[in-house]
Amino acid sequence: MASQTLQSVPAEPSPARHETRHEMSPEDAARRDAEGQAYFDKVMAEDSRIEPRDWMPPAYRKTLLRQISQHAHSEIIGMQPEANWISRAPSLKRKSILMAKVQDEAGHGLYLYSAAETLGQPRDQMMQDLMAGKAKYSSIFNYPARTWADMGAIGWMVDGAAIANQVPLCRASFGPYGRAMVRVCKEESFHQRQGFEILLELSNGTPEQKQMAQDAVNRWYAPALMMFGPPDDDSPNSKQSMAWNIKRFSNDELRNRFVGMMMEQVKVLGLTLPDKDIRFNEDTKKWEHGPLDWEEFHEVIAGRGQCNAQRLERRREAHENGAWVREAAAAYAEKQAKKSAEKVSAA
Amino acid sequence: MTTPEPHSGNVWPIWEVFVRSSRGLSHVHAGSLHAPDAAMALRNARDLYTRRNEGVSIWVVPADAIASSDPDAKGAFFESPQGKDYRHATYYTKSEGVKHL
Repeated sequence: MASQTLQSVPAEPSPARHETRHEMSPEDAARRDAEGQAYFDKVMAEDSRIEPRDWMPPAYRKTLLRQISQHAHSEIIGMQPEANWISRAPSLKRKSILMAKVQDEAGHGLYLYSAAETLGQPRDQMMQDLMAGKAKYSSIFNYPARTWADMGAIGWMVDGAAIANQVPLCRASFGPYGRAMVRVCKEESFHQRQGFEILLELSNGTPEQKQMAQDAVNRWYAPALMMFGPPDDDSPNSKQSMAWNIKRFSNDELRNRFVGMMMEQVKVLGLTLPDKDIRFNEDTKKWEHGPLDWEEFHEVIAGRGQCNAQRLERRREAHENGAWVREAAAAYAEKQAKKSAEKVSAA
Repeated sequence: MTTPEPHSGNVWPIWEVFVRSSRGLSHVHAGSLHAPDAAMALRNARDLYTRRNEGVSIWVVPADAIASSDPDAKGAFFESPQGKDYRHATYYTKSEGVKHL
């Protein structure tokens, strides 16, 4: 344990380090930054990991903080479309499964907030930024979940896209992020399989049920593909993130890989993908999908999607309505502390 | 090292969570969480990090109670094993091939 710097100990601004910085002459600070950069470059070249208290370029810290906190926010907001269906799940078993899944999403958000905190940003601040509409989260959660079949399509396609995106992130160069993603990925495959099973059941049900499954697939297909982010030539941060070993594959690479997997799996479901242009490119040996509406994507990202306002409003409500739980927990802890102090003084 | 300064309202301290996955193994760092006291940190750790039978025992430690080595002094701090190959069994080659040694 001694050799490992721990999570959640904020690297910057850590008070101890901060003071050293102040005491340092500009020459010393410059030398230290140069040494830090050299060490950082070496770690990148060796494809090794950076830990929270290591020196890192300010832009690297900033990029990671943005990506990890956005990721955390996505998990937390992602609880909403599914939580809406818990009370309407078709059986007690499906209800239990959906509750477990929503609980997982909350857990994923917490793992990721912990990882982001190691970069020096307090969790409270991140949550405030989310509720104030200052922080972004995945565009996908701004689409409504209209029917029970959407629980299937979300599990199969949205969680499927998330897994395709997240598995390479387990090797991200920032230690706490990679470790959080390992934990997340272990749990995600349950989500995808339960979604697939919902669609399969519906697809083998009455014609109306099958149609409901097909409609859900039709509605979630394009938004799920857009989850990988803008096309490579329109993705300004991608190149730098790949140079820093945060991202391992480009947006388009992951998207194409995902489309190929969907193509196989949709046959088992007895459904179709709403994309007549999907084809396997014999030259590149890669799957290619039809055109996507990137204008819509940018609108949703800019906060003008179907559910953006509703999702944020609900998040604020949940925070405010949950205040009593936090207060009760703090009051209980205080009471327990007082009790044990009394016991000690009585003894 | 201290927990982050609360910047608004009351922010609970950070606890580092260590989970023993089965008897006979050591506790391994699993992550961290916020909680007002140790008892609640333990409960939250159970809910957050052992939902799938990941553990048989949990430790929670206040993050600010952990002292860690200085990452900038990595080289100097860990240099003592350098050049002491004789501390490894593989250093002794003359006994190769001798049975049960």
